[in-house]
Amino acid sequence: MNHRGTRVLRLDALARVEGEAALHLRVDGGTVAETRLRIYEPPRFFEALLRGRSHTEPPDITSRICGICPVAYQMSACQAIENACGVTVDGPLADLRRLLYCGEWIESHTLHIYLLHAPDFLGHADVVGLARDQRAAVERGLRLKQSGNAILEQLGGRPIHPVNVRIGGFYRTPAPQELRPLAQRLRQAREDALETVRWVAAFDFPDAVCDHDLLALRDPGHYAIDSGTPAVIAAQGGPRALREFALSDFEQHVRELQVAHSTALTATLDDRRFLTGPLARYAINGQWLHPVAAEAARDAGLGDPALGGMCDNPFRSIVVRAVEVLHAVEEALRIIDGYEQPPRPAAEVPPRRAVGAGATEAPRGLLYHRYALTEDGTLTGARIIPPTAQNQTAIEEDVRRAVQARLDRDGPDADDEELTLLCERAIRNHDPCISCSAHFLDLTVERA
Amino acid sequence: MTTELGSATDPRPTLAVWKFASCDGCQLTLLDCEDELLGLTDRVRIEHFLEMTSAEGAGGERARLDGRGPYDLSLVEGSITTAEDAERIQHVRRISRYLVTIGACATAGGIQALRNFADVDEFIAAVYARPEYISTLETSTAISAHVPVDLELRGCPIDRRQLLEVITAYLTGRKPRIPGHSVCFECKRRGTTCITVAHGIPCLGPVTHAGCGAICPAYGRGCYGCFGPSSQPNLRSMLAQLRHDGMSEQDIQRVFRTFNAASPEHAPVPDLAAEEQERPPNTTETHPERPA
Repeated sequence: MNHRGTRVLRLDALARVEGEAALHLRVDGGTVAETRLRIYEPPRFFEALLRGRSHTEPPDITSRICGICPVAYQMSACQAIENACGVTVDGPLADLRRLLYCGEWIESHTLHIYLLHAPDFLGHADVVGLARDQRAAVERGLRLKQSGNAILEQLGGRPIHPVNVRIGGFYRTPAPQELRPLAQRLRQAREDALETVRWVAAFDFPDAVCDHDLLALRDPGHYAIDSGTPAVIAAQGGPRALREFALSDFEQHVRELQVAHSTALTATLDDRRFLTGPLARYAINGQWLHPVAAEAARDAGLGDPALGGMCDNPFRSIVVRAVEVLHAVEEALRIIDGYEQPPRPAAEVPPRRAVGAGATEAPRGLLYHRYALTEDGTLTGARIIPPTAQNQTAIEEDVRRAVQARLDRDGPDADDEELTLLCERAIRNHDPCISCSAHFLDLTVERA
Repeated sequence: MTTELGSATDPRPTLAVWKFASCDGCQLTLLDCEDELLGLTDRVRIEHFLEMTSAEGAGGERARLDGRGPYDLSLVEGSITTAEDAERIQHVRRISRYLVTIGACATAGGIQALRNFADVDEFIAAVYARPEYISTLETSTAISAHVPVDLELRGCPIDRRQLLEVITAYLTGRKPRIPGHSVCFECKRRGTTCITVAHGIPCLGPVTHAGCGAICPAYGRGCYGCFGPSSQPNLRSMLAQLRHDGMSEQDIQRVFRTFNAASPEHAPVPDLAAEEQERPPNTTETHPERPA
């Protein structure tokens, strides 16, 4: 390559992510001048088509934004509508919701770890190639993934777009004995998850540091999954400089901007670049991991979460995901062990004229919903801010740094193939869910 | 990289998975075949599947399309919503020997086909700060509206067992067993008591295509039609029954206009409603409390 000239690298179709995206990279001399993650997923207009629907419908409709994290959509939608209607779902119904969400965390994270991300570290194009080298590891991953799907199937009816979720709770709650076979399977999953942490912790990680602000829900006493208050750890301002803000103020803090020359929206948090997802959750909630997960995290070199340990190398996000899988398995077992069937499958949620917001932790980061209702429960407006949209600026910055670090390194110049691979890896670190983003990210015709 | 594509000595048929406007859920169904996935890759060579493999290297889907293929079996997810995709599906058809659509988007336009009943410019303005950057068609249409399709697999999402049936039937050269009857048959097979008869819960099962295994009624919920219309659905009787069970006209309209809104077999609902108005009304406008 020529360090002094300008070269443009285009990665036209990003593989092993959910959805469709491309990357545009411009290098001037030896400097990365521009990184642009372009999402060309066709728009599907969810926020527009929700208007005029009943307040009972967003859990089913918004789950269709993403086939990989439908439960995240269902849970954020339920919370937003219940918030509008002044209803709080707690007790065993809230536990069952968290159990369902644990199923999605286990399934989605394990999919990402084994099928999408690990091939990067082990020099394979996909899980099929990986299975030729490490059949037992891939079988362990598929078994672990299946245990997440088993929760979704038992409690939700099916793993993709579960049918049993409604505002207020569920259509049908299981009797405790129906959950027992799940507990047996989850005890195997605990072993598999622990082994997964050890497996990924031994990968080779490029040196990298991210200094993005970190945003995650915070729910003291719990590693936040389905509830909590938005909390921010600022990259500057000393260790653990943590502040919270009310969910009702979310859109005042997280602002989406359309940059004229870019094809995609970007988001800022109080005018700064930020990241949501596993690294943010681990930094903000690490002290509340189940002991077995906390110990695995320490052994994996993530620092002691009880003492404020953080992970600032985005390439190590795969380790944090593995720790979160182990935590989700433990949490699922805890819920099943203590479960008593509630007297009714759902709380009543009578509609009223109001605006409500809800946020939960999708496997790839905080997912925010807001709805405006009329007195008969008709939706007049909807706003959905998915994690990948929030992370876009941080992802672009990670790509820039990774490529710049490679260009600055002594030795032979990187060819396009090597740079492409590096860019793909830097993007995959964040498990971007591009279908999710596309309801508002624009499909752009690049006009010359 | 351990790419081994294009081996002339590899006797396995080739599989390609294509994505148009969709949520990725139907192609994820293939990755959800945890017990069968590795065995399946012994039988078919997965040559193009962006969500799963980067085997084709950089260069982009457009580059890959030129000179790649043909593929023996193509699975197509998603609907056609842009001019570019309307072109791309033509190419996918040309390089596919056997083309199967997977899911409600590819088979019936999906939830995004709700734009077909609305003003798309208004939709764009409602969602986007800079509408001038948006390029989209006014409709979301099924793959079969653009190219000949060999088989359509229904569902939002598709069912894992049906997907495996289609692939194994293809591998053994037989016709896949995908019955066109209604969800009611599956309730009977599953042993679920009819929730409409027993509890008066409105249910689209009688006019909805089988395939999911009748999940919703087993969970105490009426079928909401995510597999689209069954063969020869009797909508007239269905409508009368839904009214009898207490659904308002608005709720009826909404439930048919969701994940398979553009299915022609379910499209006559508004006309039927007008026709039915000539009969004495026997409904209330409110939705009764549904028993658990």
